[in-house]
Amino acid sequence: MRDELIKIKEAAVQALEEATSMDYLNEQKVRFLGKKGELTTILKGMGKLSAEERPVVGQLANEVRDEINQVLDRKMAEVKTALQEAKLASETLDVTLPGRAVNHGTKHPITKVIDEAKQIFLGLGFEVAEGPEIESDYYNFEALNLPKDHPARDMQDTFYINPEIVLRTQTSGVQVHSMEEKQGALPVKVICPGKVYRKDDDATHSPMFHQIEGLLVDKNIRMSDLNGLLLSFCQEMFGKDTKIRMRPSYFPFTEPSVEIDISCCMCHGEGCRMCSNTGWLEILGAGMVHPNVLRAGGYDPEEVSGFAFGLGVERIAMLKYGINDLRLMYENDLRFLRQF
Amino acid sequence: MQVSYNWLKEYVDIELTADQLAEVMTRAGVAVEHVIPTNKGVSGVIAALVLDKTPVPDTHLNLCHVTTDGENNIQVVCGAPNVAAGQKIPFATVGAELPGGVKIKKAKLRGVESNGMICSAKELGIDPEQIPPEQKDGILVLPEDTVLGTPITEILGLDDYILELDLTPNRSDCLSVLNIAKEIGALLGKEVRLPQPEFTADNDDINNLMNVSIEAPELCHRYAGKMIRGIKVQPSPFWLQHRLQCAGMRPINNIVDVTNYVMMEYGQPLHAFDYHELADHKINVRTAAADEKIVTLDSQERQLKDDMLLICDGARAVAVAGVMGGENTEVTDATVDVFIESAYFQPTSVRRTSTRLGLRSEASIRFEKGINMETVLTAAERAAQLMQMTGGGVVVGGAVDNYPTKHEAVTIELQLAKVNALLGTDISDEKIKEILTSLNFNIVSDNGAAIVVEVPGYRPDCSIPEDLIEEVARVYGYDTIPQTLPYGTSGRGTLTPAQKLRDVLINKLAGLGLCEVMNYSFINKNNDEKLGYPADDIRRNSVPILNPLSEEQGHMRTSIVPGLMKTVLFNHNHRNDDIAIFELGKIYLLEGELKPDTLANEKWTLGIAMKGKSLTTWKQSGINYDFFYLKGVIEELMEELKIADVDYVPCKDNSIYHPGRAAYLYVNGQKAGVFGELHPTIADNYGVEDRVYLAETDVDVLVEVGSTNIQVKPLPKFPASTRDMAVVVAETVAASDLEKAIRGAGSELLDDVKIFDVYQGGQIAEGHKSIAFALTFQADRTLTVEEVSAEYDKIFAVLEEKFNATVRA
Repeated sequence: MRDELIKIKEAAVQALEEATSMDYLNEQKVRFLGKKGELTTILKGMGKLSAEERPVVGQLANEVRDEINQVLDRKMAEVKTALQEAKLASETLDVTLPGRAVNHGTKHPITKVIDEAKQIFLGLGFEVAEGPEIESDYYNFEALNLPKDHPARDMQDTFYINPEIVLRTQTSGVQVHSMEEKQGALPVKVICPGKVYRKDDDATHSPMFHQIEGLLVDKNIRMSDLNGLLLSFCQEMFGKDTKIRMRPSYFPFTEPSVEIDISCCMCHGEGCRMCSNTGWLEILGAGMVHPNVLRAGGYDPEEVSGFAFGLGVERIAMLKYGINDLRLMYENDLRFLRQF
Repeated sequence: MQVSYNWLKEYVDIELTADQLAEVMTRAGVAVEHVIPTNKGVSGVIAALVLDKTPVPDTHLNLCHVTTDGENNIQVVCGAPNVAAGQKIPFATVGAELPGGVKIKKAKLRGVESNGMICSAKELGIDPEQIPPEQKDGILVLPEDTVLGTPITEILGLDDYILELDLTPNRSDCLSVLNIAKEIGALLGKEVRLPQPEFTADNDDINNLMNVSIEAPELCHRYAGKMIRGIKVQPSPFWLQHRLQCAGMRPINNIVDVTNYVMMEYGQPLHAFDYHELADHKINVRTAAADEKIVTLDSQERQLKDDMLLICDGARAVAVAGVMGGENTEVTDATVDVFIESAYFQPTSVRRTSTRLGLRSEASIRFEKGINMETVLTAAERAAQLMQMTGGGVVVGGAVDNYPTKHEAVTIELQLAKVNALLGTDISDEKIKEILTSLNFNIVSDNGAAIVVEVPGYRPDCSIPEDLIEEVARVYGYDTIPQTLPYGTSGRGTLTPAQKLRDVLINKLAGLGLCEVMNYSFINKNNDEKLGYPADDIRRNSVPILNPLSEEQGHMRTSIVPGLMKTVLFNHNHRNDDIAIFELGKIYLLEGELKPDTLANEKWTLGIAMKGKSLTTWKQSGINYDFFYLKGVIEELMEELKIADVDYVPCKDNSIYHPGRAAYLYVNGQKAGVFGELHPTIADNYGVEDRVYLAETDVDVLVEVGSTNIQVKPLPKFPASTRDMAVVVAETVAASDLEKAIRGAGSELLDDVKIFDVYQGGQIAEGHKSIAFALTFQADRTLTVEEVSAEYDKIFAVLEEKFNATVRA
């Protein structure tokens, strides 16, 4: 019986070592260790053994079972690994092929710039105001210290609807609207992004374009505040190392008036084609709100002061995204729009 | 405004180069846009004398000998017909350089040796537009007193720079070389030397020779004049010509040139009349009579309006005041006696007249900005001086000076503390006063806290304290203004719900794979017809632009569709076949007459257009854009805006859309849009062959109903039961009606209804369709089969009754 046990063990080990599949291993498990397996069958003859032999053979039988089990476990692990490896090998993809395409939707560059500016100014405590695009001459011009026949009206070629109604030439009209809505409360702190219209159409002018107007009216507002606030804005918009400089300028609705340049975002001030080798780029007009405009809005210029600024959105988009032709903005060529 | 750098140096000592000066001026608000050297590349050209001239046989050429030092003769061939012995001429020696990179070498012309070149004005780089008539043809003849060997650059003033100013409208004072010099004087801290008009006058009194009256003193505040007799009309000297050329003007003759020169110098436009052409030797300043006409100096007949100001003689109009002179009294070569007019005309009146006549002149540009009332007579005297200097003659004694509307000097009181309070700077009171004084704002009183200054006559732009603060700031330097942040704390700003939701729409659509486009708000009115609007449609009430750039941009849009169609076509023509775009912008509806207090109805509108299919790759074929693709996008937007009450109603009455493939969108019972397939007729009108899908939604309604609030439903704790219900109904029955009926019939156990199949044909009877719904039942316990079956039967019974529905076999 002892010999038989050894033989079963050897046969089992040999059979198991040859295994390459799980099914085969399970078959062998049944064959040797199952209820009707060879080992079980042999052990049924244990009763015929003498009392001395029984424990010895019993121990041997246990050893044989343990060894078969051990080999079985090892082989099962080996086969599982081998199978997994084979499966993985067979499933290899060319991962360099392109992915399934999802339609690429984009926001218009104008919207992107306005969004970014909105977020910056919201962070600085501004609200977003809106106003009509078909505007009265009063809000677009007269309330902004631009009476009829004022020579500065020549600065802008205006689309008229009738002698009293214009397409707004600037978002500045929202200044007086906003002050009127606040009814004397302080501060008035708004930006107004929107479409404006001027009768001009060439490579660098579009009859419709976008501006972002800003207005802050409060007690003790200084020109240095304008300088500091716009520095914050420009650094957020164009990068932390951006510098700004102010140059005297003229707008009828601000006094003093200022033109603001930023250090060229292409060459960082060293001079390049973009900035005509000056190192500076003209970016916006601004100034301290003219007393007449404060009065038109119902505020007393002896009590409060304020600043206003106007950004050209197309200009910023062109600088930020390296757009070299204004016309691309309104042609809506998808090959252009998909790049945003 | 353009000005010669050397001319400025005549009034103020400038140690800076032209470029440095330009930088200083620009930083102070008088922007110099360009600095242009007047020497376009001339070197080695000197004055020479022509000794003799012999024609070269069989050619148009002449063989000349010239000398540049009176000793050595140089042989040169010259093609100009006007060359003559005894002339002094600009001679380019061998080795000289001319504009355009021309180098003068020894040469043989028709076999004759030539050692240089006699030059014309054009060859010396003078702008052909600015060459005076007598220098146009042939070589340039220099004055007889020219010293031989003098470089031509010195003679013609070519060692100079033109400063091209980009003036802001308030600084019209800088339309005067003298005023620019005063500005520079203040910036550099230098004295300014004013010209002193000096001339020899006779003992006559001009007032005996001229009778001047002003009928319209409100439009002509001052009218002064001088007279010169026995003058010779001839070309101006080179120095004067050069300065006018730098200013961008073409020299004509000494009379015209002097009036222009003094205009440039003082900013005071002048007019010279031929004294003998003035009927009755009278000047009357009056407004035009109805239907009056005048032929101006440019030989154009001008129809006048009755509020236009005229200068008239005893018989007729002789000039449109401040705008342009008349041909009838023009100075000619035969003129000997000249009356010089120098006046102040009311700015608005000049501006109106020049605008209405479409005639803007150097004079009108200055008058309409307001000139210096104080130097009206001085300018006339200066002109008399220069005319005498350039053409001889005798100045008549005395002066005309009618000054009915006396100019009061403007004074401004400035609280000194206000300067730093407004600027955020720390400028001393002394410095403030010093700057204002240097700009000729004389301090007339000073109590320590406040000063009163008198505004110089040439600065009509300054009238309030803030103007003075700007003067101080710009001279002190804008770059000294610190960078601070406003006092007081402020939290983050917020968007209104409508603003937030508009952003949500844009972000969602871009996320869904659509590209945002932006079209002009202008449209061509012919879109009304192309889109087939009915006669009484409100979209025909577009706002017309009075002065459009073109018919194409003649009206404000009343629909987002024309722009979308334009974009679709543009992309189609550029081979972008697959299009999925949106635009969120305003449309403008005219609701009654436009008045300042009743403006147009500006409505935010969202438009979508789709054509072609979604992306195709090696791994997938694109999905055709169709009605249901578009509807899926709309449904997604409704989800995003958290709008639950949405209805889609067939749209058969909108000319833009296919009557069987379009729907109105209703939210909370309000019509909020329309979408569907473009009507084939409309597609034809735009020349589109493919099927296009469009949506137009009223964003104002959507954002009113929509919300960004999210309320989460708890997840069910018990499993749901699902039952499918496939029913056959007449094909005219709307799926949404079935769905509504199911939801109405089901109890609170019915949690969800989804259509998962629609089928026609096969075993389904003609005129019928099968629709299969997946019904989900849910409760806070496990439902029994019996409960679910009871629900199912109840629902089906309703469909049977309402729609004659049968179970699909």
